[in-house]
Amino acid sequence: MNRIYLDNAATTAVAPEVLEVMLPYFTECFGNPSSIHSTGRDARRAIDAARKQVAAAINCQPNEVYFTAGGSESDNWAIKGAALARKNKGNHIITSSIEHHAVLHTCQWLEKQGFEVTYLPVDADGQVSVADVEKAITDKTILITIMAANNEIGTIQPIAEIGKLAKSKGVLFHTDAVQAVGAIPIDVAAIGCDMLSLSGHKFHGPKGVGALYIRKGLRLEHLIEGGAQERGQRAGTENLASIVGLGKAIELAAANLEANAARMTALRDKLIEGIMARIPDVKLNGHRTNRLPNNVNVSVRYVEGEALLLRLDLAGVAGSSGSACTSGSLDPSHVLLAIGLPHEIAHGSLRLTLGNETTEADIDYVLDKLPGIVSDLRAMSVLNEFTTTVGGTCPIKTVE
Amino acid sequence: MYSEKVMDHFANPRNVGEIENPSGTGTVGNAKCGDIMKMDIQVENGVIVDVKFKTFGCGAAIATSSMATELVKGKTIEEALQLTNQAVAEALDGLPPVKMHCSMLAEQAIHAAVEDYKAKHPNG
Repeated sequence: MNRIYLDNAATTAVAPEVLEVMLPYFTECFGNPSSIHSTGRDARRAIDAARKQVAAAINCQPNEVYFTAGGSESDNWAIKGAALARKNKGNHIITSSIEHHAVLHTCQWLEKQGFEVTYLPVDADGQVSVADVEKAITDKTILITIMAANNEIGTIQPIAEIGKLAKSKGVLFHTDAVQAVGAIPIDVAAIGCDMLSLSGHKFHGPKGVGALYIRKGLRLEHLIEGGAQERGQRAGTENLASIVGLGKAIELAAANLEANAARMTALRDKLIEGIMARIPDVKLNGHRTNRLPNNVNVSVRYVEGEALLLRLDLAGVAGSSGSACTSGSLDPSHVLLAIGLPHEIAHGSLRLTLGNETTEADIDYVLDKLPGIVSDLRAMSVLNEFTTTVGGTCPIKTVE
Repeated sequence: MYSEKVMDHFANPRNVGEIENPSGTGTVGNAKCGDIMKMDIQVENGVIVDVKFKTFGCGAAIATSSMATELVKGKTIEEALQLTNQAVAEALDGLPPVKMHCSMLAEQAIHAAVEDYKAKHPNG
């Protein structure tokens, strides 16, 4: 069966050109970049080149780029590192209610350490209000962390305005740009951020590698102590081949950004409009236009998301959902609840995220299959346009 | 993560639908927690001669509904009241731990339908 992968927000396939440049760094040029001999020096040069590729893609200096084990580490380091480094100046952090768990759970951890966190609401499209950010700033505020674009609903945040505001108030600004880098133009100078997180596997690079941009002169507490790698800021022998791969992937993504974004936006819009035209009682989640070029997120009423995903998978299509059943918890996605969806509509969410390999034929196939799958599931659902609130209490969710 | 039997009952659910004027009916769960099951039973001489379900829920919820209907069809109402969530899960070759609540719902839905029947037919 033809398999169509529309879960590129979860992860992407490594691009062939990326894999090709990585391979020698497993076997031939495998040295430890800290070693003095030529094998080590070759590895060092490869790391330096990758750092330049990242710096060129996000418009910063190479010595402002620190490699990490991925987006979650970058977020943890930026937020914990900045909060702990600035704790003598204040204890207040501002974030949004729709951040990735790598940010939200880090903020919750800091709350246990005595920090205070404001979780800003978002509007029905998932947008943070800059005025809300401004109102939340107090003389105790040391850090603002707001994502560049949301991983579930694709909404793009006004980060350049927030960056400007943060600068004027003397507050540090971090942005989780894990979903945005490679998808939309990201320029740290234009954004005015002090820290920015990115992750290789979201733009056809390898998994387990990311980077944190740290503005020159800014000192963060370390997350990982040990050797003097990454200019003494992040210990651990470098993930050489993956760093090389990340460098190549971000270079390719930056070089093809405009063309890819235009192509994907057209496919995205075709998918959104096609779903809306073919299936009744569907709601688009996230902003209609101010969204990532590859993100489609809809709530299909009267059906549950995991059932939808399983049926799509049987038809050869890979997607994801914010339903509770796919998160392993009682509640559906915090993002969908934050944009005001009732639980039963949040449970019926379907996210389809396009990648470089996605073709128009793939979109046509999904538009051909999805309406039948939805009507099958609706035919067996208790819920319909007349009945949306039947039932009693939830039974216990886990049974020993 | 699902057994072949779960996927079979999910992809080809048995006894989907509703019974017109059922002898008993039961609805459990709610939309907030993401699963609702409704079971209709037709009882003749104390035996469940027909059973239909409608479910809003995940793959496991649909599969456990389907399996529960198979397990009670042709059984007496007393036997149906003995149905346990473990029996439903075992008949499906097991469920992931986080999905065991779906088998609880299936058990509760069958029991609710039988109790509804008994309430409507106090003299058996």
